[in-house]
This record gives sequence, structure tokens and C-alpha cells, in this order.
Amino acid sequence: MPGSLARLIGYVIGFGSLFALWHLASVYLLNSVLFPAPGLVVAKAIELAREGTLWDNASVSLQRIGLGFCFGSLIGIPLGLAIGSFGIVRRILEPYTEFLRFIPATALITVAVIWFGIGEGSKVFLIIYTTVFIVIINTAAGVSAVAPNKIRAARSLGASRLQVFWYVAFPATVPYILTGMRLAMGNSFVTIIAAELVAANAGLGKMIWDARLYMLVDQIFVALLVLGLLGFTADRLFRWGIYAFAGRFSPVT
Amino acid sequence: MQGSDYTAVREFELNIEAGEFFCLLGTSGCGKTTVLNMIAGFEPPTSGRIEIAGRVIEGPGADRGVVFQGDDSLYPWLTALGNVEFGLRMRGLPRSERLERAHRYLELVGLQGQGHKHPPELSGGMKQRIQIARVLANEPQMLLMDEPFAALDAHTRAAMQRELIKIWRATGKTVLFITHDIDEAIILATRIGVMHAGPASKLKGIIDVELSDAERDRTDDRFVAVYRQVHAMIRDEVAIAMRRSQ
Repeated sequence: MPGSLARLIGYVIGFGSLFALWHLASVYLLNSVLFPAPGLVVAKAIELAREGTLWDNASVSLQRIGLGFCFGSLIGIPLGLAIGSFGIVRRILEPYTEFLRFIPATALITVAVIWFGIGEGSKVFLIIYTTVFIVIINTAAGVSAVAPNKIRAARSLGASRLQVFWYVAFPATVPYILTGMRLAMGNSFVTIIAAELVAANAGLGKMIWDARLYMLVDQIFVALLVLGLLGFTADRLFRWGIYAFAGRFSPVT
Repeated sequence: MQGSDYTAVREFELNIEAGEFFCLLGTSGCGKTTVLNMIAGFEPPTSGRIEIAGRVIEGPGADRGVVFQGDDSLYPWLTALGNVEFGLRMRGLPRSERLERAHRYLELVGLQGQGHKHPPELSGGMKQRIQIARVLANEPQMLLMDEPFAALDAHTRAAMQRELIKIWRATGKTVLFITHDIDEAIILATRIGVMHAGPASKLKGIIDVELSDAERDRTDDRFVAVYRQVHAMIRDEVAIAMRRSQ
């Protein structure tokens, strides 16, 4: 247990110093209403949480990320597996992935709103878009990184080509898929806020935009704080998943 | 017998008897792994043919089990037991029989009680034991071993060589064992085939190793005599290989 204790102490010191620096900078360095201290922000967060607005907005954003991220992964994983496994599929789909991945989702916000409206459709579309290419590229890279001897061994043990794909190539690729999804999760947070800033009825981005209108800087900081916490939690869950499954993932029995 | 445009092996002819332990000895780059890959069915020969028990080899098959040099052929997401029963599972054997056989062969290679561990938790020697058990559990006609002990330290290698002889005796399998190590070949083989230096390599000669267990010891006079014989045959090839690699 000393390892996990050291890690916990590290976290406490890390986060503690982050909030201490924030406090010092806000109270002694700037001393301005435009840069509220952490205590004020937490108090405001509690107030907004009691009102329900914080949870309403956060849950809207999370739901959009969750939906888009799940669909994006569900589309990206099989496509990545196919691109990594079959040369012909790679050659057909590479122009799509290589061209589209350089057009950031944020550049498509206006188009998405025109196509799918100001509601959920455009947001989920943008999250799918930002997720799918990263997942495809990582999955395909994972398939081509499978050691040829793993496949040769399976073939000489009597596995058919389909069995090689399902019982060898796929599980060997799982750590790469999880890495791709982890990166995509980070991008989803960026994309959803940008999309909600530009056009939305609700969400953390919308909360920031509304607060700007009334110069409620503390409310903006609440949204930022919540974003940081949610992103951190989501990323930790993924890292844990990669750690737990990287060496241990077994798809059957 | 050639790859894309590089001819690894040419005019290569070899008969391996059922039940014998044949070591193919050669310098690095002499094409010995190419020979093994063609017998395993991983690479097709551009001309000529390979038969096992009268049937022409057309691809990989469960009748020829392959033990690879490194551990990258193992499946780290499966336990040692899962690795050993992999071939049986792919071939649709019922679970009870799979487990029975997997445990039996884990025990044969000295890994009883280690079946629940994953390959990354095991030492290099133990991982090679899993590879051997995985192949044996499939009960192939022939074992193809591509320098399986080359990456192990000297003591583990010596222990593995002794184990392999025991296993070979117990199972009576035909073994083709690739190595560049003269000592290893003499310790293990019933016959040693020495290859010319590559490219376009072929068999230079075959030496029968008629040594008792006690004589398969580096310090034994008869061992040294065989060593001289093998060394005389491979010496020039080593010199050629060294010149080419410079």
C-alpha cells in the first residue's frame, strides 16, 4: 500500500498547491472581482447547486458528451479494425480519415447548427465527429501493431482467419482502442464547450456565456471548476480501464 | 525457394524421420528460419515442395506446432492456462477435455500451479515453457522450434535443454530445432544439419550425433569430438557470414 499512499499524498499536495496558488494570486496579487478566490467560487458553486442550475447545465453537457462519445466509439472501433485489417479498406477510407481529421470539430459548429438545429442534434453530431477519427486512427494503428508471431502462432494452433481476428487481433488491440477513446474524451470536452458557447439552450458552455452577459465572473469560474473536475474524473476512469484491461482483457469465457 | 527478390534458400533438400530430433545449424542470415517458416506454412516456397507424412504443405496447420524465439507470440490477455488451451478452444474441443489436457501439459513442462498467472508475470524461461506446453497440448505430429532458448540466460537455457530432451522422450514427437549454437545442437540432436552461409543457402552436410545422455556434456571427450566435426564444417561459413555483415 505505500505506493498508493504516496500517490494519494502526491495528489493532495498537487491539488492543495493549485488551490493555494489560485487563492494567493486572487487575494494578494490581483485583488479584483474579475478573478474570484477559490473560496468564493466554491460558495457560488454550492449556491448554484442548491438552485439546481449547476446540475442542470452540467448534466446536459455530460449527456451530450456521453451520447456522442459512445456513438463515435461504436462507429470508430469497427472502422478502425477494418482499416487495420484489410489493405483495400484502408486505401478506400484513408482519404476520409486523413482529410477530415484536420478539420477540427469546432470549425464545423456553424455548419452543424445549420444542419441539425440549436438543440441536441448539432452537439451530438459534433462530439461524434470529434471522437470518431481519433478512435479510428488509434484502433487501426493497434491492429497493425499486433505482433505477427501472435497471428502465426494462432494459425498453427488451428485457428481460422475469422478466429484470428476475433480472438487475437481484437483483444490485442483493446489497449490501443482505450487510448484512442481517452484522447477522444479530452477532445469531447473542448468541443462541447465551444459548441455551447456559440449556440445552445443549456449546458456548461451556455452557463459561461450567460454569466458573461451579467459579468458574473464567479459563475464563469464555477463552470470552469466543474469542467476541470468532470474532465479529470472521466480521464481517471479511462486510465483505470486501460490499466485494468491492457494485460488482462479476455473477450470470451 | 525465395522471398520477394531475395533468395534465402536454394536447392535445399532434407528428409526428417518421424520421431527424430533434428537440429538445423547455421550462421545468422543463412536462411534457417526461412526453412522453418516454409515448413510451418507461413511462407510458400517459390519452387519445390514440402511434404509431411506424404501430404503437401499449403499453409499453417495444427499438425505442426511452432515455438518462437521471443515471447511476443503469447497472448498476454489470457492466463498461462488460457494460452495452453488456446488451440484446443479454437478447434472446438469440449471445455472439460481442454482443461484436462492443458493441466497435463502445464505439468509436463513444470508449470503446475502457475496456470492462473498471466505471461507478463512470468520469467523468460517460464514463458518459453508456456509456448512449449501450448504446442504440445495441441498434440501436433511435429514440433518446429525457432531458436526457442536464444533469449534466455545460460543457466535457464541449460535447464530448458534438459527439460526439452525429457519432453521429447516422453512424447516421441518429431522435432525440427533451429539454432546457431553448436553446443546446443550437440546436446539436443539426433542429427545436425549444417547450412551454408546465405544468401541462396543450402544444406552443407548432416552429422549423426550418437552420444549417450552422459556424453552430452561439454567436457566429455566424445562431445568434443563431435564439436570438432561440426565446427570444421561450419567454420568457413561463419567466416563468410562475418565478411558479408561488415
